Amino acid sequence: MTSRWPIWLILGLTLTFLIGPFLIIILAGMSAGNSLAFPPDGLSLKWYAKVFTIESFRASFGLSLFLAVFGTLAALIIGIPAAYALNRYDIPGAETIKTAVAAPIIVPGIIVGLALLRYLVVPLDVTIFMALFVAHTALVLPYAVRVVSSSLQNLRSDMEEAAVLLGCTRLQAFTKVVLPNIKGGVLAAFILGFVTSFNEVPVSLFLSGPGVRTMPIDMLSYMEITYDPSVAALSALLAFLCVAIVFTAEKFLGFSRYV
Amino acid sequence: MSDAFVSLQDLTLAYGDTVAVPSLNLDIREGELIALLGPSGCGKTTTMRAIAGLMAVQSGRIEIAGRDVTRVPANKRGIGLVFQSYALFPHLTAFENAAFGLRLNRTAQADLVRRTTEALDTVGLGHLSSRRPAEMSGGQQQRLALARSLVMQPKVLLLDEPLSNLDARLRLEMRTELQRLQRETGITMVFVTHDQSEALALADRVVLMRDGVIEQIGTADALYNTPESAFAADFMGFENIFEIENATLKAASGRLPLGFSTDAPCLGWRPGDVHLGDGPFEARVISVAFAGRHREYVLASQLGPIRVDVDIAAPAHGVDAPVRFALPQATARPLRVS
Repeated sequence: MTSRWPIWLILGLTLTFLIGPFLIIILAGMSAGNSLAFPPDGLSLKWYAKVFTIESFRASFGLSLFLAVFGTLAALIIGIPAAYALNRYDIPGAETIKTAVAAPIIVPGIIVGLALLRYLVVPLDVTIFMALFVAHTALVLPYAVRVVSSSLQNLRSDMEEAAVLLGCTRLQAFTKVVLPNIKGGVLAAFILGFVTSFNEVPVSLFLSGPGVRTMPIDMLSYMEITYDPSVAALSALLAFLCVAIVFTAEKFLGFSRYV
Repeated sequence: MSDAFVSLQDLTLAYGDTVAVPSLNLDIREGELIALLGPSGCGKTTTMRAIAGLMAVQSGRIEIAGRDVTRVPANKRGIGLVFQSYALFPHLTAFENAAFGLRLNRTAQADLVRRTTEALDTVGLGHLSSRRPAEMSGGQQQRLALARSLVMQPKVLLLDEPLSNLDARLRLEMRTELQRLQRETGITMVFVTHDQSEALALADRVVLMRDGVIEQIGTADALYNTPESAFAADFMGFENIFEIENATLKAASGRLPLGFSTDAPCLGWRPGDVHLGDGPFEARVISVAFAGRHREYVLASQLGPIRVDVDIAAPAHGVDAPVRFALPQATARPLRVS
């Protein structure tokens, strides 16, 4: 038994580094003092309450929520047919397309943000809101394609042929047989996309403008001006929100099967 | 043939540039049970998929009930197909699986319930209608797949390897079931198999295929007892097949006298038809296996390996024992070289 101590040490350190920052933020937000500090300067919940009174936070939370929901939906509307085509048809260069689709995950967000700003916003005079929407859709698309692909791979294609022989058109076979059987994967893709979009920083940093900021960007600029514990409180609340969503998904869908 | 219900005429099927079936002609009568038999890659499944409309026809035509369906899409052909994997819809109950086609063509609810229940009862699944496919055994899943096709009253029912996924006991049960269904519904059935015993046991006529070409068509009796080619004979269990030239046997070690004259270019003997005990050929026993009513010998001879089945009552020979055997004229099956 004594020889097991290195395992416990590594496990302990890993958990400390994973969960530690989270605990520090929660406690820092509970400070009774006026500046962001750890250990907290006394205990109170006033900063958690103050978060809800800051006007810009409400606006940016609304924007982030909108982008996360509708950007992910848009990505699914493009991504589901794309995943289907990549899996079911013998497309020349399918592997290359799969790699290309994953590019936004691999390429640093700074580059994506800069490219979108330089070649979309500036020359085409697209509104900042539209640019953010396009960017978030593009960022979530790889997750949509990959997660939906993996559940399509588990679905035999002769099921669709069976549906066709019973009278379905190809489209009916898709909506009546394929879609109901990959809905778990689609929901998983939605949740993963939602969380990714909501937490996204680098791309949004480039595309934010006066009055149009996503939640994380707004928190950054708030901190540059006001160094009080409300940012820590807000961070803790957002982290709880994301954890709650993923936990619920895991409990009801077996989320981790798809990711 | 004027009484052809399903007629394949000069049917050519290809995957890209690879021709799988070159110019196939086959007529199937109404109510017939036909087996497409052959080794994997012989084009039997491709032919079946073409009849179903799941495979594009390169040239030639397919007629069903007097109508040219060559360009009719699969969902308008009125053909049922029971897939080897069953291809049931996992998100639906047994009842909804069976009712799928009727729901699609908007059959009235009362009619739908009656016909679906009837089909499930026919295959003996009436009591499991609320189960999902994942909660059913392999045999039950297959019967559900069968019911799902039968509900639609298809003109032709195609079955892809219907017995291969079942264990021995279920296989016999399913075979009986299919024969009963065919007798009761009078439906024309075409099934694909690589197993000659399945084909012979079930089919009215067996179509033996090789490399996309029909090697022989006939009743089980005709195919089993009078195969025409060396390929057909090999498939039907003639394990000892030799080419013949000027009354000599061509063997690996040279030519040996046959002992009688024949015009056939090739002769075949079943293991049970080789005479062990005395005769012109010398051999040594390589292996001997007990098989109930007889013993199965493999002999090493000047003719190469020889398989012989000998009645269990005859005295046994051990491994390495020297023996003699004869290839009798009376039991020789004349064959075409192939």
